[in-house]
Amino acid sequence: MEDISGYPLEISGADAPMVSFRKVRKVYGPLVVLDDLDLDVAAGEMVSIIGPSGSGKTTVLRMLMTLEQIDGGVIYVDGSPLTHMAKNDKLVPASQRHLRERRADIGMCFQHFNLFPHMTALENCMEGPVQVLGISRKEARERSEELLELVGMIEKKDQHPSRLSGGQQQRVAIARALAMRPKVMLFDEVTSALDPEVIGEVTNVIRKLVSEHNLTMLMVTHQMGFARDISDRVCFFYDGKIEEQGLPAELFGNPQKARTQQFLSAVKEAV
Amino acid sequence: MTFFEFVGQFWPRLLSGTGITVAQFVLAAALGVVISLAAGLMKLSENRIVNGVAVTYIEIFRGTSLLVQLYWIFFVLPLFGITLEKFTAGFVAIALNTGAYGAELVRGGILAVPKGQWEAALAINMSPAKRMWRIILPQALINMLPPWGNLMIEVLKGTALVSLISVTDLMFQAKQINGTTFLSAQVFGAALIIYYILARFLVTPFMRWLERFMARKLGRA
Repeated sequence: MEDISGYPLEISGADAPMVSFRKVRKVYGPLVVLDDLDLDVAAGEMVSIIGPSGSGKTTVLRMLMTLEQIDGGVIYVDGSPLTHMAKNDKLVPASQRHLRERRADIGMCFQHFNLFPHMTALENCMEGPVQVLGISRKEARERSEELLELVGMIEKKDQHPSRLSGGQQQRVAIARALAMRPKVMLFDEVTSALDPEVIGEVTNVIRKLVSEHNLTMLMVTHQMGFARDISDRVCFFYDGKIEEQGLPAELFGNPQKARTQQFLSAVKEAV
Repeated sequence: MTFFEFVGQFWPRLLSGTGITVAQFVLAAALGVVISLAAGLMKLSENRIVNGVAVTYIEIFRGTSLLVQLYWIFFVLPLFGITLEKFTAGFVAIALNTGAYGAELVRGGILAVPKGQWEAALAINMSPAKRMWRIILPQALINMLPPWGNLMIEVLKGTALVSLISVTDLMFQAKQINGTTFLSAQVFGAALIIYYILARFLVTPFMRWLERFMARKLGRA
């Protein structure tokens, strides 16, 4: 086990980041997916992650959602460690119980929506609040209907996912994640599996969240235009590291690193 | 004696035997489903002891003959102080045998549920038990219903073996009638037809109905 004695037990202070990756490492056998990644995301900030496939960008989200185990470093959410817990004033790897407690702060939307096929849109949204948060069905229904309204899916609330288009399913998936009232929302290539004509309905929902809600968001995307429009910051990943990051206008308008320039011009050609 | 004269004369005994056969089948199927579920889930467990118990059970009951298992439960277990009445021994043996095959169906059905479903359930922070019960199993059930249909017909046909420990099922009655009348063609012909009717017009339609019912629940119909 690596030495994690140098990491703080808590991150406090007025400007403490909502999410903090400290020297986070992830390997699959000989393949280094994340190489001592340092990344802070402020409360309310929208950070987009771009980069070639295999650069580790999706892994960042999956580790934050605790879908992947960490091989080194510590991830903090809202000031306290997520991947570890304090025991006798020392950080030790998190127990399942700790993960369950801390995971409640995080919500995630997936590339392939992953709605529960045996439940209607409304039931999908109510499942977490009722079964996990333990709130009453009535209250969960009200909350879910409000969110389905927000994503424009209230008319289809009694439909099963198989009757919905990809864009509609993804909007329900966003409502389902929001119903858990997370502090941090993760969007993992949420438009990549969609037909071009319905991408807008999903990006519009995310735009609305950015402008009307004070959520902290991380988004992995291939839609450069969208990332440029709505992000507070864009990170370009290459080989498990942040090669370059900055304001969208700077990174897209005047990239400094050769690899960023190459990637952006390759993407531009593809469009 | 024509076949119809034969049936006219012996139908009360054939009918009573059929009743016992159906009872054996229903009880063995119900208990078999419960055992399958338990063993299938245990086989997926990461706990080595739990997993080991399931693997051992499946190996023993799938790898040996149902008839020998039946004899063990009826004739050998009493030597260890566990005595089951013959009717109970009959359906318990068949259920244990069914459970070993069913466990693999349960396990396969669960593993066939897309990984994204597990991840989505984790992302809304469901406990492992709720995730399995509310999200994974309902979908796994749909995956495994078609092979379960086959297994259920095997269970029905397997019940004929309980006649060998003197449970008075259809096969037992048929053998008795044959022993006194020697009308082998008629009596075993009748038994054949009755087993076929049970399988074709009771078990199969029920499983089809169950598949349609589950499909409707999924909003697919």
